[in-house]
Amino acid sequence: MGVEHQGPSLVGVGGLAADFELSTGRMPLAAPNLQPIRSDPSFSGADIRRLVAYIASLGGPAIPSIDPSRGSLLEGRDLFALQCAGCHQISGAGGVVTGATVPALDQATPTQIGEAVRLGPYLMPRFGPEQLDQHQLDSIALYVTQTTRHPDDAGGLPLGHLGPIPEGMVAWLVAMGALLVVARMTGERAS
Amino acid sequence: MIDRLVDAVDERTGGSRLVRKALRYVFPDHWSFLLGEIALYSFVVLVATGIYLALFFEPSLTRHAYQGSYAPLQGREVTEAYRSTLDLSFHVKAGLLMRQTHHWAALVFIAAILCHLLRILLTGAFRRPREPNHLIGAAMLSLAILEGFAGYSLPDDLLSGMGLAIAYSVALSVPVVGERLGPLLWSGEYPGSGVIESRLYLLHVLVIPLILAGLIAIHLMMIALLKHTQFAGPGRTERNVVGTRLWPGYALRSLGLMAVVAGVLLLLGGLVQINPVWQYGPYDVAAASNGVQPDWYMGWLIGALRLMPAVEPTVLGVTVPNPFFGGVLFPAVAFGILFAWPFLDRMVSRDRRPHHLLERPRDAPVRTAAVLGFATWVIVPFLAGASDRIFVSFDVGYELQVTVMRVAWVVAPAVVFLVAMRVCRRLRSSGERPLRGWDGTVLERSESGGFRPRAGRE
Amino acid sequence: MTGPRAQLEPEDPRREVTADPTRELVAAVLLLAAAVASAGFVAAYLLSGDTQLMGLAIGATFVLLGLALIVFAAGLAGEGRAVEERALPEPVQPSAGEIVTAPGSAITRRRLLAGAAGVAGASLGAAAIVPLASLGPAPALGRSAWREGRRLVDDAGHPVKAEIMETGSFLTAFPEGASKVALGSPLVVVRIDPSMLNPPPGREDWAVDGILAFSKICTHAGCAVAMLRYPLFPDREPGPALVCPCHYSTFDVTRAGEVLFGPAGRQLPQLPLRLRPDGTLEAAGPMSGPVGPAASGVDW
Repeated sequence: MGVEHQGPSLVGVGGLAADFELSTGRMPLAAPNLQPIRSDPSFSGADIRRLVAYIASLGGPAIPSIDPSRGSLLEGRDLFALQCAGCHQISGAGGVVTGATVPALDQATPTQIGEAVRLGPYLMPRFGPEQLDQHQLDSIALYVTQTTRHPDDAGGLPLGHLGPIPEGMVAWLVAMGALLVVARMTGERAS
Repeated sequence: MIDRLVDAVDERTGGSRLVRKALRYVFPDHWSFLLGEIALYSFVVLVATGIYLALFFEPSLTRHAYQGSYAPLQGREVTEAYRSTLDLSFHVKAGLLMRQTHHWAALVFIAAILCHLLRILLTGAFRRPREPNHLIGAAMLSLAILEGFAGYSLPDDLLSGMGLAIAYSVALSVPVVGERLGPLLWSGEYPGSGVIESRLYLLHVLVIPLILAGLIAIHLMMIALLKHTQFAGPGRTERNVVGTRLWPGYALRSLGLMAVVAGVLLLLGGLVQINPVWQYGPYDVAAASNGVQPDWYMGWLIGALRLMPAVEPTVLGVTVPNPFFGGVLFPAVAFGILFAWPFLDRMVSRDRRPHHLLERPRDAPVRTAAVLGFATWVIVPFLAGASDRIFVSFDVGYELQVTVMRVAWVVAPAVVFLVAMRVCRRLRSSGERPLRGWDGTVLERSESGGFRPRAGRE
Repeated sequence: MTGPRAQLEPEDPRREVTADPTRELVAAVLLLAAAVASAGFVAAYLLSGDTQLMGLAIGATFVLLGLALIVFAAGLAGEGRAVEERALPEPVQPSAGEIVTAPGSAITRRRLLAGAAGVAGASLGAAAIVPLASLGPAPALGRSAWREGRRLVDDAGHPVKAEIMETGSFLTAFPEGASKVALGSPLVVVRIDPSMLNPPPGREDWAVDGILAFSKICTHAGCAVAMLRYPLFPDREPGPALVCPCHYSTFDVTRAGEVLFGPAGRQLPQLPLRLRPDGTLEAAGPMSGPVGPAASGVDW
């Protein structure tokens, strides 16, 4: 039912919300005003299922069934680029928004992806089935799992998929570092 | 046999005295004098790999469906520029190696120029009669930055495309002429007719490389004519040069350094991924990704754009859009100071004599502190532009970070200035850490007026 | 007098170098290693084409070659004690400056020539600048194709039905039949709980059931405003806002796109919406203001 200033009512949030928050370890929350972040779940898998079943019995959306293999990689990429990349970064590496961090998606299971999209946890927007249908959800989950678990890193060491900042650091620390060492070796010697 | 071959060439080029003089030319060879060479050899790698890339890249924004091997984009409409970059990366053997080596070389080129510039500023090498060479060097730095930006914007990917949109806004923000400048460059309001792609290409492949090559040639020629500066030391005066002869020592070592530079860049080009444009996807005006950054040498500008307060004043009927302050005014002042440095230095030190001997940084505390303070003022925006994720991972919100960085932008240069002054004075008086390769003795004047060696480390 | 004296030629260059068999051996080994690496590159290229293998091989080749040269040359450097005189400028008569100004002594009609040259220079300068007028008047910036009655379509071109959006959702829309890439076209449509809305006077009916539309192009520097933050628990979390990922300009969607934080100098332009009988969304008028980053000029 909820306790004022402590926690909201869970009547009607559904098994979907309960499963998302518990399985990603976001709930239980250490303090009411913190941003919930992914961490090790506080309960075992069996306990989570029982808790979820109880919350589900109070009404609300059920855990969605997401099957990436049914999705289209191209559609998933395009949807993710337009709808999700602004916050989660094009490779799912997460990021920053004013007022919160945005989590990386490398540990999100397809089910959790579907749950988050439908729920809109914390400051995330939410997308209902009329805006993003089952196939589109499957596609997004396919793109996210592919890009975070099996990225195409044909170029070598990916440096965390974070882009020009680690690249600049490598240029200075590794390349210039090595070349400065060689320059010192090559330069003037004491007699 | 080699000696006869060289003599034969010498006779036929009529340069007997010149060639002999060149071969026996003396270079002082402190290690810090090699930093400019690292930049030069990076430029050589850029040209060589760049020519290779130009054989495959198509600078056109015409759209076709992508048919290559990268699955997430299969069938999607992309521009020729983007497609040819992907095809070069995936379907041309060693294509990705060349592309990545080219990009690493660009990052290292500018890093080496900055290390070289730091050495020039800290040792007073820009002083009379070398002011023109300093101006040429500063010009080359600004061209190199522009060249790099143009280069990585060519593939029309999401990351660089966002940067181009920002560049358009910065062009619009130039007072009075902004509303014409942006559309002039893009041929109409952004995104324009698409001609920006071929303009960037022309700039990047032909115009700037030619200007850079010319400036490099003049830069080297002026060093050769005036002869390189050197640190003070035994046998070294303002009137001579002590060091290594061009042939064989210096030439072979320089060739070796060139090979090492090429090798390091190729190692990075093959082993460490850079600018994976297939992961970013093609540019779309209506799309954006979190965590988008320019290449490192533009980082000071994104930081300045983020730190500027939200002012967009109207002065005498003319709007001054916000990006002007971070994107135009800040770099203009920074480069202005850089270009004017020899003349500012002369004003402050009141020293108008020609110099061919360098000062160690500690021997000119005011100059060294000013250089480091100025460098700090330029570096703080780099941190501001890059550290949002770090701050947030330490639970410091972005808003607080901006406030902290704004304060640091003013305070840090002053602090660095004061600390550098003290460190210089302390190093100078203690005689610690003498110049590498120097085997002299530090003397001090005794009370009675004579000289004695200073007690302590030599 | 200590230190080497300046030695002008002639002298024997062979006296300046010293033999060093160890360095030579090291250099030879490095060269052979470079040869092996080079062969490795050829093999990698022909047999595998793997970028990492090729880069490792050819990079190692060059590094080893370079180190060989450096090691070998270090022994030939003559210990850095060669000396050469600088050619310092000697005062010579006549000086270069005097040579240049010498002909001036023969000019008699100095003032006439100077005046005529000044007039010529000024008119030549004017003649050079005048063609700039062909650039024409500055193009109209900040306009958009949005007009009353223009329907909203999604990225695939399908009309946007209001009912598909849940509270707390957003999508990207474009004007039907117009260019998708013009700055004025992309729209970000958000659905907010209507009780949170606080529009300024005159915009009370710009929303449809809490659905609002704004230009998606940031008024700071032109990036797509691609982030919506929407609180699940409004009493504990920051309010609904559109945030730009480039420099974090934050626009309050409950207050007509007002700037909450960040460097943007202007609120996000808003498009009034209304519902068509078939449930799709259309524009109820033009944008509330110019779209995109501000331009400096007299009439922005």
